[in-house]
Amino acid sequence: MNRFLLPLSIFVVVVVFLGVGLTLNPREIPSPLVGKAAPEFSQPQLYDQEKIFSPADLKGKVWLLNFWASWCSGCKTEHPVLMDLAKSGQVPIYGMDYKDEREEALNWLRRWGNPYPVIGVDQAGRVGINYGVYGVPETYVIDKHGVIRYKQIGPLDPGTVETKILPLVKQLESQ
Amino acid sequence: MIWLTLLIVLVSGPAWAGEARPLGEDPAVEARLKHLAIELRCLVCQNQTLADSNAPLAEDLRREVRDMIVKNMSDKEIIDFLVERYGDFVLYRPPLKATTTLLWVGPFVLLLVGATVLVITLRRRARKVVDAPVTDEEHRRVEQLLAQGGKHS
Repeated sequence: MNRFLLPLSIFVVVVVFLGVGLTLNPREIPSPLVGKAAPEFSQPQLYDQEKIFSPADLKGKVWLLNFWASWCSGCKTEHPVLMDLAKSGQVPIYGMDYKDEREEALNWLRRWGNPYPVIGVDQAGRVGINYGVYGVPETYVIDKHGVIRYKQIGPLDPGTVETKILPLVKQLESQ
Repeated sequence: MIWLTLLIVLVSGPAWAGEARPLGEDPAVEARLKHLAIELRCLVCQNQTLADSNAPLAEDLRREVRDMIVKNMSDKEIIDFLVERYGDFVLYRPPLKATTTLLWVGPFVLLLVGATVLVITLRRRARKVVDAPVTDEEHRRVEQLLAQGGKHS
């Protein structure tokens, strides 16, 4: 009995480690930007190209910044969730059209609806790099002082909105 | 005739120059970019370096790195710029710090554990072999049997 105890316990430990490893998503890279000031930018707006969209305009507000593109299939999956969240009026979602064609982006919004009060255009992907974006859609929760508090990599789903985004927004609002 | 030859030489001259190397790309910048890009991980296709990958993000990041090289930033400044945004994940060689200690020390710990187990097992095995001395009488008998066996067969 005793001679099987050691190999068995090693086996159990290995299985536990591998089991935990299977539940992790290697695509989710922890962002070093959480807890840091959201990088500044001033980008032309999608609808009114003369106007500028900058996070400085949103100081004192809790808001979401959502990187999306018309070519991104995850953005389509996420879109109804954003529409519902926008309709609920609990937190404004600002958009950043990432490496996209203007006409296609406009068509996409016409077809599926527009959850964003303002959309910035990041044609060259430079704002994306400053925010550490590596796969759209990505969503950032930014607090009243302009600090990034949460980063969602990949599409938002109703569960994440209910359990993570909204409680965090409420907590940040009360600060 | 001589004019025609001269004309051909004049017209074709720039064509050769064009083939030699693409203009606007400083070879020193490209060499530094290559040297940096093989140390950096592409975030989209995670097992490729920034130098290997054709993902749009990798192209953008190479462009940013090239711009920073042209601005004469040091390798450390460029790498810090990327780590600030993407974390240590962009580095193919993770730095030694609190969160990566297990990664760096782990193999040596395993080696030590393995060596200890090996030494213990060998010592135990050595103890199992009982020392059974052969008496002179037995020795003589063995010799005798061996000699006989050789004769019979």
